Amino acid sequence: MSPDSPPAAVPAPDTTASISPSPPGLIELFVAFAKMSLAGFGGVLVWARRGIVDQHKWMTADEFNETFALCHFLPGPNIVNLSVVFGSRFRGIPGGIAAFAGLVGPPVVIVTILAALYARYGEIDALRRILAGVSCAAVGLLLAVVFRMMMPLLKRRDLVGVVVLAAVFIAVGLLRLPLPAVLLVGIPLSVAITFAMRRRA
Amino acid sequence: MNSDANPIWTLAWTFGLMSLFAVGGANSAVPEMHRVAVDVQHWMTDKQFADIFAISQLSPGPNVLIVTLIGYSVAGVAGALVATLAMCGPTAVLAYYVSRLLARSSHSRWPAIIQAALVPLSIGLMGASGLILALTSDRTWAAALITATSAVLAFVTRLNPLWMLLAGGCLGFAGII
Repeated sequence: MSPDSPPAAVPAPDTTASISPSPPGLIELFVAFAKMSLAGFGGVLVWARRGIVDQHKWMTADEFNETFALCHFLPGPNIVNLSVVFGSRFRGIPGGIAAFAGLVGPPVVIVTILAALYARYGEIDALRRILAGVSCAAVGLLLAVVFRMMMPLLKRRDLVGVVVLAAVFIAVGLLRLPLPAVLLVGIPLSVAITFAMRRRA
Repeated sequence: MNSDANPIWTLAWTFGLMSLFAVGGANSAVPEMHRVAVDVQHWMTDKQFADIFAISQLSPGPNVLIVTLIGYSVAGVAGALVATLAMCGPTAVLAYYVSRLLARSSHSRWPAIIQAALVPLSIGLMGASGLILALTSDRTWAAALITATSAVLAFVTRLNPLWMLLAGGCLGFAGII
């Protein structure tokens, strides 16, 4: 990808507090999110940060972290939530829809084509072997993300967090209980414990 | 549960509901997708689910697009679109309203508490995803070794994940697994 700059970019010396003075238009939102999305193999977040903060300077790093934190604690695909919240902040509901369409539209077309190819040729032996190999590696990538996310808990010796983590892992991974049931018990419990711990601290 | 009705509706309510329970993103919902698609609705086999996960990781875009593939295998292009919109729509609307609400009252400390409480839950769910997918993908020692190697490489280095996926594909093609 070429490091192209937005047409309205001002070469101002950027302090941490200054963001681009011109809010992005609808088409700009769509194109920016489509680019991030198509660049993002195995996760779009890195590219979203790069595009929004570094390249277009539409948000400062802190604003981006706050927005992402909000989208992370809400349910659903985080990056999809981020696109809607981000787009609507600049251009209202149409902006949210433009960013969402950019993020999801182009890759959906690609994935649908792949799905059609799989439905048609999925039984071919060579393809089955390749996909089997890819899925082994993909599971490894997922495990690495899990370990990365666990490190802060382990470093803080957050015993409660580790117990909650293990309980959810056993309930969903080993006992295969339905997700809604696990969360209806797990979320209130975890929030109550966290609240109690913070009051004591 | 009228699952013998139009499968499009089944897709819509299944993923619309799941979207609201997917704490921590799409990867935490993989165990639930597996439970519904393989065990409850019998839309696909274990092996097909592992294939679909592999394809979703190979393609660009957000990880949530695994539901597009599930939708396609159930009801073609219409199924793909309905599953995608159902999985993204409800939480997108929720995110929009919550962000407006918080913009007005940003002094509350509840968001921080709820977020801190949800982090271990979502890591546990992603761990469960890893386990379920490892059980379906890693049927031989060689396969488990590939998973372990790519996990260690991704954890220790900053290598582009695409290389690990390509290497896995090549080893699979060579018939190592």
